[in-house]
This record gives sequence, C-alpha cells and structure tokens, in this order.
Amino acid sequence: MRVTPRERTGVELSHAEAINPSRRDFLFLTTGAVAAVGAASVAWPLIDQMNPDATTLAMSSIEVDLAPIQAGQILTVKWRGGPVFLRHRTAKEIKEAEATPLADLKDPATDQSRVQKPEWLIVVGVCTHLGCVPLGHEGQYDGWKCPCHGSIYDTSGRIRSGPAPLNLAVPEYKFLSATKVKIG
Amino acid sequence: MNRFKASFLALALLVTGAQLAVAQDAAEDQPKPARQSWSFSGVFGKFDQAQLQRGFQVYKEVCSNCHRLSIAFRTLENENGPGFSEEQVKALAASYNVTNDEPNDSGKIFQRPGTPADLFPPPEAFPNDQAAAAAMGKAPPDMWLLAKSRKYERGFPWFVFDVFDAYQEVGTDYIYAILTGYTHKDDPQWNLYYPGHKIAMPNPLQDGGVKYTDGTPATTQNYARDVAAFLSWTAEPSQTERKNIGFRAIVFLLVLSALMYMVKKRVWADAH
Amino acid sequence: MDGHSTYVPKSAIARWFEARLPIVGLVHSSFVSYPVPRNLNYFWTFGAILSFMLIIQIITGVILAMHYVPSAAMAFVSVEHIMRDVNYGWLIRYLHSNGASFFFLAVYMHIFRGMYYGSYKNPREVLWILGVIIYVLMMATAFMGYVLPWGQMSFAGATVITNLFTAIPLVGTGVAHWLWGGYAVGDPTLNRFFALHYLLPFMIVGVVVLHVWALHVVGQNNPDGVEVKDVKRDTVAFTPYATIKDMFAVCVFFVFYAWFVFFIPNYLLDADNFNPANPLVTPSHIVPEWYLLPFYAILRAIPNKLMGVVALALAMALLAFLPWLDTSPIRSGKYRPMFRFFFWIFVICCVGLGYLGSQEVTDSATLVARILSLGYFGYLIVVLPVLGLVEKTKPVPVSIADAVLPPSAAAAE
Repeated sequence: MRVTPRERTGVELSHAEAINPSRRDFLFLTTGAVAAVGAASVAWPLIDQMNPDATTLAMSSIEVDLAPIQAGQILTVKWRGGPVFLRHRTAKEIKEAEATPLADLKDPATDQSRVQKPEWLIVVGVCTHLGCVPLGHEGQYDGWKCPCHGSIYDTSGRIRSGPAPLNLAVPEYKFLSATKVKIG
Repeated sequence: MNRFKASFLALALLVTGAQLAVAQDAAEDQPKPARQSWSFSGVFGKFDQAQLQRGFQVYKEVCSNCHRLSIAFRTLENENGPGFSEEQVKALAASYNVTNDEPNDSGKIFQRPGTPADLFPPPEAFPNDQAAAAAMGKAPPDMWLLAKSRKYERGFPWFVFDVFDAYQEVGTDYIYAILTGYTHKDDPQWNLYYPGHKIAMPNPLQDGGVKYTDGTPATTQNYARDVAAFLSWTAEPSQTERKNIGFRAIVFLLVLSALMYMVKKRVWADAH
Repeated sequence: MDGHSTYVPKSAIARWFEARLPIVGLVHSSFVSYPVPRNLNYFWTFGAILSFMLIIQIITGVILAMHYVPSAAMAFVSVEHIMRDVNYGWLIRYLHSNGASFFFLAVYMHIFRGMYYGSYKNPREVLWILGVIIYVLMMATAFMGYVLPWGQMSFAGATVITNLFTAIPLVGTGVAHWLWGGYAVGDPTLNRFFALHYLLPFMIVGVVVLHVWALHVVGQNNPDGVEVKDVKRDTVAFTPYATIKDMFAVCVFFVFYAWFVFFIPNYLLDADNFNPANPLVTPSHIVPEWYLLPFYAILRAIPNKLMGVVALALAMALLAFLPWLDTSPIRSGKYRPMFRFFFWIFVICCVGLGYLGSQEVTDSATLVARILSLGYFGYLIVVLPVLGLVEKTKPVPVSIADAVLPPSAAAAE
C-alpha cells in the first residue's frame, strides 16, 4: 500500500488527538452505533421470514355452508391447519348446556358467552391439554371426549373432567347469512 | 498507472475483437426490439396503477383465452401492483370456477367458485399444456414469468450501461415488440421481432378490441404497452418494495463506509 | 505501538475457563494480537470479504432451505413462492443468488492477488493448495445450487456438467447413471444435489479453518514479498489496524453487492431459467454462470470430448501446482517486470475466455478461444517455469519497514 505522508509520520494526528480526544471517541461511537442499527435492520427480515407467509394468511378465513348440517350433527372443517367443530345442537343439548351451574365448571363460562346463536356451537377441535382432537358425542355429558388422556367436554365445549385446563376455544366467526358462517 | 491503462485498453480491444468475431458469423436478418421507456424502470421506477389495471383488462379479455397466469387473485389487491379493492378481487375470483384441491364427502373432485386465495385457473379451453399443444401445435406459455423469461441480446457496450442505470426491462421490451411486430397484413403469424419471424401465436390484438374506460386510446400500441407493464408486475410483484428498501440500504452503506474510512484513518494515524 | 501482547485473563472466572478451554486466548492470538505486515494494500482485504460472503451464503441458504421444496414437481414453484409470498423471501433469495456471484468476484480478486504477489511460494504452498481446494468446492457448491430452481438452464447445466463424466473411458456412463440416480437428470438428481448443496458449504468452512490456520503459521505475504524480520518494525496488530481496514473494505464491497441485489438482481441470471425445466427441450444457447465461463470456453475450444474434459480438469488442477511451476525465488510481481507483462496477458486470457464462454460457438470464436486457452496453459506450464530462470528482476528491499517507511523514520526506530 502507498503510505501517505500523514500516515507515515503520524505526528500531526497524534498531536491533534492529544488536543481533542473526545472527537475521536465520538467518531468511534457514531460508527459503532450506525453499524449496530444496520445489523438490527438486517436481523428483522431474517426473523420475519419464519412468520406465516402470504399464502397462509390468505387461507386464514373460510366460509362454511351450514344448510346440510342436521340438528344433532357435528361437522368438522379444516381451518388454519386444524379442525373446527360446527355443532348443530338439539333443544335438549342447549338446555343442558344452559342449565349447568357455573360452580360445576373448571373454567367457568356461560353457554351464552360461547355461542352467537344457541343452536350453533362453533369451537376449535383441539383439546386444551396437549393438542389431540376430541371425539364427538362421547363422554358422560354427550359433548366430546379426548382419546389421548380422557378429558371430557360438555355440549358447550366446556371442560368438565380430565387433565385439560380450559374449555375448547371459540374461534372468531361471523354469520354472513342464516346458513353461511365465516370463520376467521 | 500507465501499465494499468494499457492493460485495460488491450482488454477492451480484445473484447471488441472477440465480439466482432462472434457477430460476423451470426446473420443479422432481424431487428432487435427497441428499448422502451417504462414508468417502473430504474432506481426510482414505480408502477402506474391505472396502466396495470388496463393491462390486466387486456390479459383477461384477450390473452387469458389461451394463456395461463399462475398468480393468486389476492395479489391483484397489492397496493404496489394493480391495487384492486378487496370487493373487486372477491367478485373477480368468484367469477371463475376452480377445481377444489380435495375431493368432497362423496369422494368426487369438484368445481367451485374461486376465492381470493386461489390461483387463476387454466384457460377453459386448455386444462393442461398437452391439450393446448394438441389444439394449437405449441402450448402457449404460462404468462406469470414471461417478462423475466424472455430477452434479447443487448450486446456490448449496452449490457455494461444497463448495470449503471439499473435497466431490467429487457423482457418487457421484448413482449411489447412481439405484440407490435405483426407487420405483414396478409400473414397473421409473421412477426418482425420473433427469431425466424414465424411465430405460433397469430396477431392477438386489434385496435378497439378492448374497451378502455379511462379514456386511454384503444390502440394496439396501448394494449401492448399496458399488458407488457402488467406482465412485468406479475413476473416480480415485489419490485417496488425491493427498490424502496434498496435505496435506503445503499444510502446506509455509503454513510457507514464513509465513517469506517474516517475511523480507519484515525486508527492508522498512530501506526508510524 | 507497543509490540504484540498476548491474552491474559483478567477475572477469576475467565482464568478458570481459560485453563480448561483456551478459546478466548486462541481468538485473541489469531484475530487481535496477530501481527500483520504493515504494507498490505487493499487487495489483502478480500480474505475478510470472503469470510463475510461465506457467512451470508450460509445464513441465507439455511433460510431458503426452510421454504424450498426439492422435488422436480415443486422446486420451480417453491422458488417463486419464496419470491412472492414468504416475508422478505425475495430479499433472502436475491442475497443468496447474487451472493454467489459476489463470492466468486471476491475469490477471483483474492486468487489473482495471490498470483501477482507470489503468495503461493515457499513456505505458503499448503496454504495455497487449501485455497485451491476451497475454490473447487465453491464451484461444485455453486453448480449444484444453480440446479435447485429447476429452470431450463438449471436442467441443461446439470445435464451438461454431469455428462462430462461420460467422457471417462469404460466406466463413464455408469458413473453418470450413479450421479443421476437414473438414466437422465431427474428427481433423484435434484434431491441429492440439494442435500450436497447444503453439506458442501460446511466442508468449505472446515477447509477455511485450515486455510486460516495455515496462514497464521506461516504469516501473511505482502506486496513486497519479503518476510517479516522484526515484528515490531515490520508489522502492526491485527486489531485494530487490519480489522478496521477490512471492515471498511467490506462496507464498500457491500455497496456494489447491494446495487445488484436491489436494483439489478436478475442481471447475472439467465432468462431461460425462468422457464420451468423441460427434459424434452434444451434451450438454444446454453451458458453457465459467469464465474465458470473461462473453463467452459476451454472445454468448448477442444474438439475431442475426452480431451476437452481433460483440459478442463487440468485448467483447475494446474493451479494447485503453481508453487512448483513458478521457479523464481523473488515473490512479488512488484520486482519482476517481465513477469508482470505475462501476468496481465494471463489475466486478459482469462477474461477473454470468459467472454467467449458466454457467446455462441462460431468458427472464429472457437479459433480465438483456442489461442486464449494456449495463453492460459502457456502461462502456467511454460512462462512461469522459464521466466524464473531467465528474467532480470529489480532489487528487493531488505525488510518491510525499509520498503514503506521513509529512510529517516526507519532509521529512527
């Protein structure tokens, strides 16, 4: 490399530093800070790439036609990679769910707070214990029973016995018409 | 330093000489597509939303009869792209029938109205390339990447200049040239710019064939220009975002380089 | 400057740890107190640039592998999925695809610097050979990476390169079938190339560690090609002197890299690779990536299939023998005027071959390619051995300090 006179002697610069060391520190700190900002802004794309991509986000809501589901039937649909149960409840099931005292519940919630229309119960079909898919019309409350560890849910999808801590989750949904519901 | 100059001069001479040797043998019997001026070329280029919407209209009314376009309906909502509204896209998607991925409860693969998440289905006449090839002799290519998969040789020294003004629209130029290159009135499959002139696709555009609603003159040139712009977007929908981020990245790196240089000077000052 | 310190742990914990695994001391001696010749020019910063490029390629590559699907049916679409739908997927893919080109750009600067300043000579032969191994591994990795998008040029490239092995007498076809896992390039080929493309960069890392180790045993060469005689006068400490200079060079290099990534990301890609692979149609004009073009031109310049492949292999293999092909006791081209003249002719031959490799085959182009190939081999096999025996060289300075410091300063110290 070609050595410039300034670099060669270094006298003037060391002299200048002796006069003003803070200027040197300021330069070093600025450079370090700018480099750190750069590193941070590079890090974000590397992290964000693992978030759900545009294809996945586009599939995050589905529309379901309720017309073919008879009273007493449960339809399972795939939503966001997992099952959602749409249960057309009978008058008896609704009555049982509504009549349950809150004191009997592990995760207290009224039936009204879990449905928009009493005859339609819509819950995420994933057991809140360890993620298995519960079986419908089973267990002593005729709700669901999880085959993995025996958690029992009632006709409102509320946990009644077994190791699961919480009720089956209610997804965000909206009735687009009397027979059409949009989940997500 | 003279040594370097001499070397580079020799290098330039050599490249030019080699190029002459190459060019001599290639018979020049057809013109190269001309470089067009596009709103989206260069460092600060941006798509013209109205142009993309017109281009999409041309695609939908003309090209889509034979060509597939493997993009998702939802992408048309992209604000850096055509920027259609959510309702428009939903209605557009629903106007197409798409084949469901999974069979229904009775085990039948079935058709249903499209949703924004679906891809444009293949043209109704040609469910696959084989059907298209059987009917037309050659399958019309999928158009989503056309603007990137087509090119013409820019040649020396233009390919060097393209580095500096960030010109990436060679494929778009080519599409425009082909669409406006049907210059033999009596032969709809003769194209000035297609290698060998004999093109499988007969002239698809006629003046007035597509009714524009925004007052743009309904000419073949405009159709060709708009659809070429639209295909430039489908080929790389993220390019506006890319250029925005890129500008900031380059400015940042220049500042950091300048700072690094000053620090380097300071550090080396005491290495006497 | 107060000479080169060695690492002394300050806290009790650091002392405890250092007694059990002296890794901090190793890093300190390798990248902090390591003495660097004070006369290095900016061509010596490409080593640091290459380290950064290797890290960038591995990080972006691992990320791409999270989204890429290595199957003939899905590969092309999955790459477009990365470009369109994955958050910042386009950025990561373009960093990776252009990163390969800039990795090679830096490695070529690094190699030509070594050739100009005689960095391969005694005692740096092993260091040089490790470098050649890295270069060959890089080419293999880049080639297999280019196959993964499964476009037309990926497929054609995979077909042409693997067909080189069919030139081997007797077992050639068997070897090719073994490479393909079938009778042509196909799904099994793509899958194994993906696996190897993931593996090889880590092997490169391994050889790079050896390369750096060997470098730190023999010390860096320098523009004057004289060995360090007095550590205090001839060298500066790696940190901060070389570190900050390397960082500055990396930043400047990244400006050019960013220009390609953000503004002309497809400039170095082939348009044909945006058409999905079709085994029944070959593109009219097959071109490898630019960094392989000189070798491709040599291959095409030879009319015989087997001899072409032999020439191609020889063109790479000869580089490893450079320490013994060059007979001159003087290292640096700075003091060898005749060598310099031939060196630049060699560089022009390489660039010219690169240009011809990208062009269609014609009679006159083939003729020029043959002349330039002769230039390439002639330099390595004839010029370097003979030159060392007959050339007149300029006087070499006694020490690095004598070469760079003014007489007064050198005397004063």
